[in-house]
Amino acid sequence: MHNEFKVVEGDFANAGKASSDIKKTLKQLNIDNQKIKKIVVAVYEAEVNAIAHAYGGTIYVDIDQDKIVVVIDDVGPGIPDMDKAMTKGFSTASAKVREMGFGAGMGLPNIKNNVDELEIKTEVGVGTEVKMVVNFQ
Amino acid sequence: MKISEIAKILDARILVSNSNLDSRIKYGFASDLMSDVLTLDEEEIILITGLCNIQTIRTAEMANINCLLFVRNKQASEEMIELAMENDMIILQCEYSLFRTVGLLYEKGLRPVY
Ligand SMILES: Nc1ncnc2c1ncn2[C@@H]1O[C@H](COP(=O)(O)OP(=O)(O)OP(=O)(O)O)[C@@H](O)[C@H]1O
Ligand SMILES: [Mg+2]
Repeated sequence: MHNEFKVVEGDFANAGKASSDIKKTLKQLNIDNQKIKKIVVAVYEAEVNAIAHAYGGTIYVDIDQDKIVVVIDDVGPGIPDMDKAMTKGFSTASAKVREMGFGAGMGLPNIKNNVDELEIKTEVGVGTEVKMVVNFQ
Repeated sequence: MKISEIAKILDARILVSNSNLDSRIKYGFASDLMSDVLTLDEEEIILITGLCNIQTIRTAEMANINCLLFVRNKQASEEMIELAMENDMIILQCEYSLFRTVGLLYEKGLRPVY
């Protein structure tokens, strides 16, 4: 099953639409509730990052028998120092993003905790691609 | 603690109550940081927050949190109410500050997550 979602820079009103849709799909597929939570928390954090820190992008979702693969591909500033970005508490979030309740610097570490595979490709001035895999078994 | 008890202790208004107000809550968690909320494993909790926007509801949705409490009379938008109803959530609103709210509930025996 393949699905795509667009995310738009600064569009907090719609942040979470993709995660919400994924949640509904996985429920229909009778995936374990704890698994679903791990997946949607990770996707939601990545979705918010694309909206908060980049200029928008596309979310690609592929679900098969035994796993879900989600790729969030954004056009944006990229991440200059990956190690720093993965550190709990590091954040460059703007005042607007903090007003929305984000900017604790916990999103990326949170994603890492929740997925089986995480691959982040980023290029400064171009964008970031976050790929996450969660196995259902 | 029953959600109806919590409402009574705080003299809270019930903004959305699609689920049963007599259902029980195990723990309380207070935060305005959504990524903090998204680290929780516990689900039978009431999220007490001063952050009142659509992302508060979304965060609860992703974290399987069914019960939210807005302090300081923070007003929920129509959009928020709709999303909360879609997800069968209960939303309470009280006038007290976050500190007073949390103190009152703690005193009456509501346990913290950590
Ligand atoms: N898609 C992205 N594009 C550019 N920079 C990013 C992206 N994702 C993360 N970052 C950078 O990495 C930092 C850490 O991200 P992380 O998600 O851990 O925290 P945050 O988004 O700042 O706060 P939180 O997720 O806790 O609300 C961000 O502040 C930002 O500098
Ligand atoms: Mg983040």
